Amino acid sequence: MKFFSKERPEIPIVNHLKADGTEWTIKEKLWLGLSLGEYKKQFLRNPVNWLMIAIFAVGIPLLLQRYIYGLGAVTHASNDYPWGLFLGFGLFGMVPLSASGFMLGTTVELFGRKDFHPIERLALLNGLLGYFFAVLFLEVDLGMPWRLPYPMFVSLGPAAVLFLVAWHVATYLSVQIAEVLPAFFEWIGWLKGKRVIRKMVLGLTIAGIILSTLHQGALGALFTYAPSKVHPLWLSVNFQWIHFFCSSIFAGLSMVIISSTLIRNFMAWRCDDEFKDNLDYITIGLAKGCSYAMITYLIIKIVAIAHDQEWSYLLTGWGSYYMLELGVAVVLPMFMFAIGIRHRYVGLIRFAALIAALGIIWNRLNTSMICYNWQMYQEIPHWKEVWITITVYSLYFLTYRFIVYRLPIVYGWKGEK
Amino acid sequence: MKKIVSRRNFIKGGLAGTATVAVMKSKETQAAHSFEGYPDGMGVLVDLTRCVGCRSCEAACNKEQGLPTPAKPFDDYSVFQEIKHGEKRRTDETAYTVVNQYDIPELDHPLFRKIQCNHCQEPACLTSCFVNAYTKTPEGAVIYNSKVCVGCRTCMIACPFYIPTFKYSSAFNPRIMKCIFCYDTRLKDGKPPACVEACPQEALTFGKRNDLITMGRQRIRETPGKYVEHIYGEKEVGGTAWMYLSSVPFDQVGFDTHVPQEPILNSVKDFLAIVPMVLTIWPGLFAGFHLLATRKEKIKEQEMEKKEEKA
Repeated sequence: MKFFSKERPEIPIVNHLKADGTEWTIKEKLWLGLSLGEYKKQFLRNPVNWLMIAIFAVGIPLLLQRYIYGLGAVTHASNDYPWGLFLGFGLFGMVPLSASGFMLGTTVELFGRKDFHPIERLALLNGLLGYFFAVLFLEVDLGMPWRLPYPMFVSLGPAAVLFLVAWHVATYLSVQIAEVLPAFFEWIGWLKGKRVIRKMVLGLTIAGIILSTLHQGALGALFTYAPSKVHPLWLSVNFQWIHFFCSSIFAGLSMVIISSTLIRNFMAWRCDDEFKDNLDYITIGLAKGCSYAMITYLIIKIVAIAHDQEWSYLLTGWGSYYMLELGVAVVLPMFMFAIGIRHRYVGLIRFAALIAALGIIWNRLNTSMICYNWQMYQEIPHWKEVWITITVYSLYFLTYRFIVYRLPIVYGWKGEK
Repeated sequence: MKKIVSRRNFIKGGLAGTATVAVMKSKETQAAHSFEGYPDGMGVLVDLTRCVGCRSCEAACNKEQGLPTPAKPFDDYSVFQEIKHGEKRRTDETAYTVVNQYDIPELDHPLFRKIQCNHCQEPACLTSCFVNAYTKTPEGAVIYNSKVCVGCRTCMIACPFYIPTFKYSSAFNPRIMKCIFCYDTRLKDGKPPACVEACPQEALTFGKRNDLITMGRQRIRETPGKYVEHIYGEKEVGGTAWMYLSSVPFDQVGFDTHVPQEPILNSVKDFLAIVPMVLTIWPGLFAGFHLLATRKEKIKEQEMEKKEEKA
């Protein structure tokens, strides 16, 4: 998509004003300054959109089926395996990958590392959307999705871990909306709103750290309700919360590396020079964060085995699978990060980030599905369940792209700030 | 991006953020004490040596709870051969209790084990429920309120006995389906549940849980060699209202002998305990980090101001 710059110098929009001095209307901004015909042309030219159309063509009827005939019609969720892919991937996988928001918020706002500023908004957006879609996945999975506000307002069970998750995700979602709003305010040109948020930014950041620590941990703690069901290697009753929290750190950072790489390669027209010029430097910085988090994670995973005296499990088949997971999903990317940092191989770092992110999803699926009921049979998700998961994820992708196309996320707004 | 936050503003912001969170979360640890169960709670003692697998209890339960008529009638004993996913029959949305057959090599006859909700003293389903849909009644039953249930199915994850089931077949009116000790129709009036009443073998004994433990010990003592010296459910997961006596080791008749000997909630307490700590320590800690991290900038600013004043 390089045509933006050649034929129409005023596009992409980075300012309130057109070349002739008149203002863009919101509607024009939404259409990226293109006419309807032009917009359609660029939309249809992109093969990714055709893939999306194909996914939705099957996925939307399946979603309807789920809401009309119940979960039983589209999933293999059973009385033995209450949770399937919607939660295993959508909640337990998406949430750690969205830890980027609080990580970069903390780095820039709290530790004053202004050199990471060009990627801060992308990290915040990545966090916001990840959480939002985790809630959407939850809405697909809940038996009675219309009762989502019940734990907040109707019937409270405050001693339950899920109560924490619900409240923290809800509050943190609001915090993240507030953190991303300044980009929106710049774009619509309402600076008063931005100034209000600016004043709260430190409070929001600290609230973000607290809420993230607790609910990333709480997602892990949910499995401590099943001490006799999850395989002991994947469940440490004492340390589960900190395993989940610690792994979310490199998961979130890796996800920003992946997302920024994709944007840099496929949306170069949208990035400004500050983003493009600093990205390699920033990626190396993020990789340092990842490698510290990973070595910590690796050690506390081993500490948990020692603490629970589970060495003998390592010699079983499940133990080999466990070591495979740690080896491929943690040790391998950790060394790749280290080598990448040492020799400034940014490409290697980006590849490592991909492995690390997939590795976290693998770990969460292991904990919630594969090694859950390890003494029973293994549940294989229904193809419709897989397809619906891909559909919701595609919606996430489209929303993500829609926002990055428009709001000043990877470019600086040239108008008033 | 230039941003100067005065110390006062910074602390204000931080405190406001924390206070909001703290107010909302202050109730979270209230259940972090142990609960031994109601003193007069009722229970049932199941004696596996007496059960003949007639399935009368299944039939009685089906009728009492108004559950759908099953495809195979209750006098069809071929159900004992049913194996799904390598497992014997289990409770589902059409059956709150099922009897399974276990062939024991040392015995000349099979043993039968009835499963249903064990009505734990400190139930995992109850403690894991974030909308308080479960209640442990003083009579000993663990009952469920479908009016507030959200359908998250955490109770099914938490139950160490795989008892609660979900009505996956319904999109508009799903709910958890499980044995409620016939609470509404019988237990609250002091009557035994339908299955106990239907048992022709007196394999099921209804009574106060405390008395049942005494009775179980007495049976073990008075008939040496007949029973394994253990009452399953006396200590398991903190104690259950339904308890079992068996003539063979419990793992041979399908019991999970690896469940914790304390309430499931105890394994969650580690996490519940860190919640107030994170809420109170993190703000100060990270505020401190912020001050340390931005200290050089502050000093530079002050020096600049001084210079300006002089000039």
